[in-house]
Amino acid sequence: MPATTVNATRMELTKLKGRLKTAVRGHKLLKDKRDELMKQFMDVVRENRAMRRSVEEALMRAHSAFTVASALMSPEVLEQSLLYPKQSVDLEMSFRNIMSVNVPLYTFKTKSDNPSEIYPYGFATTSGELDDAVKALAEAFEGMLRLAQIEKTSQLLAEEIEKTRRRVNALEYVKIPQMQENIKYITMKLDENERSATIRLMKVKDMILKQALEQKMAEDALALQAMQA
Amino acid sequence: MYNIAVLGDRDSVMGFKVLGLDVFPVEHAEEARTTLHKLAKENYAVIYLTEQLAPSLEAEIHRYKDELTPAIILIPGKEGSLGIGMANVSRAVERAIGADIL
Repeated sequence: MPATTVNATRMELTKLKGRLKTAVRGHKLLKDKRDELMKQFMDVVRENRAMRRSVEEALMRAHSAFTVASALMSPEVLEQSLLYPKQSVDLEMSFRNIMSVNVPLYTFKTKSDNPSEIYPYGFATTSGELDDAVKALAEAFEGMLRLAQIEKTSQLLAEEIEKTRRRVNALEYVKIPQMQENIKYITMKLDENERSATIRLMKVKDMILKQALEQKMAEDALALQAMQA
Repeated sequence: MYNIAVLGDRDSVMGFKVLGLDVFPVEHAEEARTTLHKLAKENYAVIYLTEQLAPSLEAEIHRYKDELTPAIILIPGKEGSLGIGMANVSRAVERAIGADIL
């Protein structure tokens, strides 16, 4: 018996067969999609790991440089020096399509391209260590932006893979077997109906023959009696 | 045109101001949460968040994970890396493949 009740009709059977065909085709396509996504994802995630490691290292260098700088300067002066940035960053975002997943692509424009122009303070009151710290941070920044792009990509891809994987599994292990079972059930039911119809016809035919025979015999008996009388 | 925000404790994020990023120093998790929501609604494509704040903002980070913007990226704070960012990468692998195979 199938899990759900189905009408054992020929129309239902045709409909189910059509749906099964679609499901099988969909399953194949989704499986291909999943495999390709997985391949892309592995590349992205490997890069993500490497990027994250290098960015974290660079940032830690910058942080420790800042710690040194702040030890040499009073917090007020340090804050004052960093208060009005010379540099500004404009971020542009476009999209790339990986297997119908939109992932961001960041491009950024800085106000000044000259790396020596980022220091927003006069050199008289600040220590040289602060310069180092700012330089280290500026160097880390480009990596940070690349990290943002690649990490977001990997997150979005992971979500899409999860979704696709679920669909593939649902089709493979639930939907398709269910439909196959329903089709089998209907086919058997229809065959059974056909057989019972044949048997019924045979029975009826027998009954009619028997009746005709009895009638004939009765007629014969009557005729015999008439002849003897 | 999009902006970039840096969210974290004052000492960790101060330096980013020099690069022309928008810096939002926060004192505690509650403040970080409201700021994060505010930033997400505004025109910020990338929000850098210090790992020190990440554990208390788990739900918020998760919420924006599947959205195109903003990208919330964890960075180590002044106290050093807690490995949360790396763990998140592994989590993404686990989510996609079912097991951490790297």
